[in-house]
Amino acid sequence: MATELALTGSAPIGDERDIVQARAVVRTLTAQLKFSLVEQTKMITAASELARNTMVYGGGGEMRWEILAEGARRGLRLHFEDHGPGIPDVEQALVDGWTTGNGLGMGLSGTRRLVNEFEIRTQVGEGTCVSITRWK
Amino acid sequence: MERIPILRMGRHLLVTIQIDMQDQTALQLQEDLATMVEKTGAHGVLIDVSALEMVDSFIGRMLVSISDISRILGATTVVVGIRPAVAITLVELGLSLGGVKTALNVERGMAMLDAARVA
Amino acid sequence: MRTENQRLADLLRADHENILRGWTVEYHNYAEGRGLTQNVAAEQTAILQGLEAGLRGDGDAGNFNTGPWGTLRDTLAHLSRNRAAQGETADVTSGFVLALKRPIFDALQRQASGVEGQIDVIWTTSAIVDRMAQWTISTYQKTREEIIVRQQHELMELSTPVIKLWDGVLAVPVIGTLDSSRAQMVMESLLERLVETGSELAIIDITGVPTVDTLVAQHLMKTVTAIRLMGADSIISGIRPQIAQTIVHLGIDLQGIVTKSTLADALAAAMRMTGHTVSRNGN
Repeated sequence: MATELALTGSAPIGDERDIVQARAVVRTLTAQLKFSLVEQTKMITAASELARNTMVYGGGGEMRWEILAEGARRGLRLHFEDHGPGIPDVEQALVDGWTTGNGLGMGLSGTRRLVNEFEIRTQVGEGTCVSITRWK
Repeated sequence: MERIPILRMGRHLLVTIQIDMQDQTALQLQEDLATMVEKTGAHGVLIDVSALEMVDSFIGRMLVSISDISRILGATTVVVGIRPAVAITLVELGLSLGGVKTALNVERGMAMLDAARVA
Repeated sequence: MRTENQRLADLLRADHENILRGWTVEYHNYAEGRGLTQNVAAEQTAILQGLEAGLRGDGDAGNFNTGPWGTLRDTLAHLSRNRAAQGETADVTSGFVLALKRPIFDALQRQASGVEGQIDVIWTTSAIVDRMAQWTISTYQKTREEIIVRQQHELMELSTPVIKLWDGVLAVPVIGTLDSSRAQMVMESLLERLVETGSELAIIDITGVPTVDTLVAQHLMKTVTAIRLMGADSIISGIRPQIAQTIVHLGIDLQGIVTKSTLADALAAAMRMTGHTVSRNGN
């Protein structure tokens, strides 16, 4: 495992081993940025959810990260991108999830609560990119 | 792929999850536990997650499934050792693990299982 | 290298002692005893060195944030951080830097090698020392802000202690407004202590919380849910009649959370819930 990761990078998300790897990468990055334990856990969990979505719904893709610096503020931004079918109704996807009871939704609404910034760009037939940011 | 070992302690089964699990590993554990509960006629299942730094929706659903399946097979399940940061994250995610009994540590968990046995 | 930079750099080197002395006098005149006196000479020397290095690197006031001014910037930042931490005022700290202008002008006059080029050097001096003062002040401000943030954090921690009432029961008396960051802190420290002490019950007393709106109620619910998730129980006490009315009025569902109006009632309930009975010694 690298002792310190670069400011930007990417990791492929193909199979479930990559989800474990993605979590490990985010763990290293958040520790590097000296996030609190709770902040680290939230970001790693969010990454796990989104990486799984990329694999399950997007047919695979990649996770890209950026370490942000805005004045004295430091942050971590993660992008989860796939070239899968895209999400036809984003509004619905943001509402659906565990609340519908069957527990099979994408859980985007829950994931959104774990981060400071949440952005989703999607196009039917082209793919999806979910970007999340946590500031220290 | 690693397989989580299941230990037998009297009429209880004890599982300690110490690795960052792949999805398949979790599903395998679910299956193995169901088989073991049935085979041993266990009354209780104790799952120790105190080593887990993260519990996401997949693992959460696994825990709920294990609890439900074990109950049908006649055993009570207790999950012990959820870390504060994990608990806070699960609440924020909106996963309350409804129906899953929890305890602070192995000691209390075993006490719960023993008490449940009487019922 | 620009001529005025060359002239100024050479001047700083040639008339070093006089400039230092003049600077000290000017500074003490301005500060009138309000300034810090330790290490001043060392700071001044370091600043003059950094200034000379920047000039020889052909820096100008317009590009103070880059290039050859690095060492000078670091020296000034170090100085202002120290001064800010020790409570020196902003005007005295910047006054220290600005007091450098006068001795340099005096040194130029002593040199008096002709009026041409004099204006350029004076202008360069003024512009650069102004930038130095601005830089010093912005670092000073940042340090003060950091101190304030740290103090706020410490205050938050001090104001919500987690108390162990007896074996297995913790209590958190919350006093003051419960905003997001505070609620987060209370939740985190309470959960940590639950694990540390192996307690089964937490009493969250909100007698000292003036208002409870939907947001505060949400925070409390999250805390109670997290405690339940970990396998412990909680009681919320200190709910005044007005707060009870607000809760009903806002339609907040307490979802089976045990609540008590007074801490005393909560203690009694905690006793029962943990299997204790209290009896008075007969007399």
